[in-house]
Amino acid sequence: MAIINRVLIHVDDCKGCGLCIDACPVNVLDFSDGLNSMGYRPAHYIGEGCTGCGTCFYTCPEPRAITVVRNVEGLAKDHCPHCNATVKVFPGNRDESKTFCVECLKPVNK
Amino acid sequence: MKTTILQKPASFYDEFTQKGGAQLANTHYCPGCGHGILHKLIAEAVSDFGIQDKTVLISPVGCSVFAYYYFDVGNIQAAHGRAPAVATGYKRSNPESIVISYQGDGDLAAIGANEILQAANRGEQMTVFFVNNAIYGMTGGQMAPTTLIGQKSTTTPRGRTMQNEGYPLRMAEIIATLEAPVYVERVMMTDPKNIARTRKAVRKALKIQMEKKGFSFVEVLSGCPTGLKMTPVNTKNWITDVLSKYFEPGVKKDESEDREPIITLHPDPHFEEYHELLDIRSLSDKVKGVKLSAVKEMVDEIKIAGFGGQGVLSLGYALANIAMGHNYKVSWLPSYGPEMRGGTANCSVKISDKRISSPMIDNPTVLVAMNKPSLQKFVDDVQPGGVILYDSGLIDEAPKRNDVTVIGIPATAEADKLGSTKAANMVMLGAYAKIRGYLSNDYVKQALPLIIKNKSFHKLNEDAFKRGMELVKNS
Repeated sequence: MAIINRVLIHVDDCKGCGLCIDACPVNVLDFSDGLNSMGYRPAHYIGEGCTGCGTCFYTCPEPRAITVVRNVEGLAKDHCPHCNATVKVFPGNRDESKTFCVECLKPVNK
Repeated sequence: MKTTILQKPASFYDEFTQKGGAQLANTHYCPGCGHGILHKLIAEAVSDFGIQDKTVLISPVGCSVFAYYYFDVGNIQAAHGRAPAVATGYKRSNPESIVISYQGDGDLAAIGANEILQAANRGEQMTVFFVNNAIYGMTGGQMAPTTLIGQKSTTTPRGRTMQNEGYPLRMAEIIATLEAPVYVERVMMTDPKNIARTRKAVRKALKIQMEKKGFSFVEVLSGCPTGLKMTPVNTKNWITDVLSKYFEPGVKKDESEDREPIITLHPDPHFEEYHELLDIRSLSDKVKGVKLSAVKEMVDEIKIAGFGGQGVLSLGYALANIAMGHNYKVSWLPSYGPEMRGGTANCSVKISDKRISSPMIDNPTVLVAMNKPSLQKFVDDVQPGGVILYDSGLIDEAPKRNDVTVIGIPATAEADKLGSTKAANMVMLGAYAKIRGYLSNDYVKQALPLIIKNKSFHKLNEDAFKRGMELVKNS
């Protein structure tokens, strides 16, 4: 089975500098069509082909704009109140009991 | 395959609440700014090495002045260029801490060039991250010491010339010529390969400090798309094609394998000896056979003001020392002009049973005014219920305050009668001691000659102090 990796982009944290898009070795990042709440055109993941190399994470100047998950299948599932669906969730690294939705990046804990 | 996640390092705060505003998750930096990349690499290393609780980041002046918004470590913000000096002080008094000096090129290579050279030359055990973007970014793109020949900036609109501004300073090479530094490298935050090198250099520089080997310095070529007036991607390409040709990346010095850890003894084993040598033992060691009453709960904030030469500062100094001898916590903060005599002078003395957080006094509980301008200046600041002691011989008009105790003491005139106007301050000290009543007369008698050492004043000061006490009794 193919390993599924994901680039998660926190749309409202992205300032649209384009460094990740330029750096991605497999060209799976691009600018979005729309603008975010700050008025920048954020990067987005085209949906497939991420190798999980982390290049975008390290070229991104923003602390939280990019999260890279290598092997999404290994993540636990939980109910996301924002997406109103059962989704994959990933733990934060300051407090592992706090988990975040892979789809909308918002916290899923009550 | 194991699931791994690359996400915001744990050494950053969850939310950047100190930054304020609506966007609490992202930085104040411009899009594509190199600071963000380097912040992330440092935060990641601090988390990975488990040193978050003992790391202190000294932020400079420049865009990264607000580094403390982001890093959940100890933070100090230093004056322009002084981060290495602050780092020196912090590290020497806390040898187990990990101290990072984070500086830009205007900060480190211009106004702080001497600080960094001296700190490097002393081999201070710190890690310096030097962000070189060839420009003053925060102030709008002026020429920096690192601006290239021919490079246009707002202050070199036709390009920097050697004749006018000299050559760009290669700080990494300069630091590497010194004996003490352990590790000096220049890296650049451009393509993934070079960012990986930067990451490695950041980690190595921190490791060297963790191993107590000495001074490490990493110069990071970084993009300032706003100041350089390019897109972030073009900035990155310009660093690769132009900037890095003059500032060549690479290891400039690395003795990390050969150096032994430097163990700093703390506190200094000769500490007591210095006290002897400098004769700064406290009065309590010298004053003998006085039984002191128990320390009482109080905060007395005394403002002493007059003109220079009246002994205003000496009075405060003597009072603070005597109160310290009575086991109170004290502070003494003088304020005076450049002239030795004449001009105005004042000092603030705080006396408390608890530790004192600031020596500043805005609203004194006691004002000692030795001349008219000083009384006028401070009379309205005295706390209700406070005390004003003024020299009624020199000041013809009594202060008009109904909510404080006003006592006129003709201190100068009385001191004159005793033999010298110079003892007026001790008359005031006596008056203060009488009003407050917590100082032991026997202690003061022994302590005064130890504080004001000139022998010709010993008898005079003692008499003046006594006279001051009597004057309060009579008034």
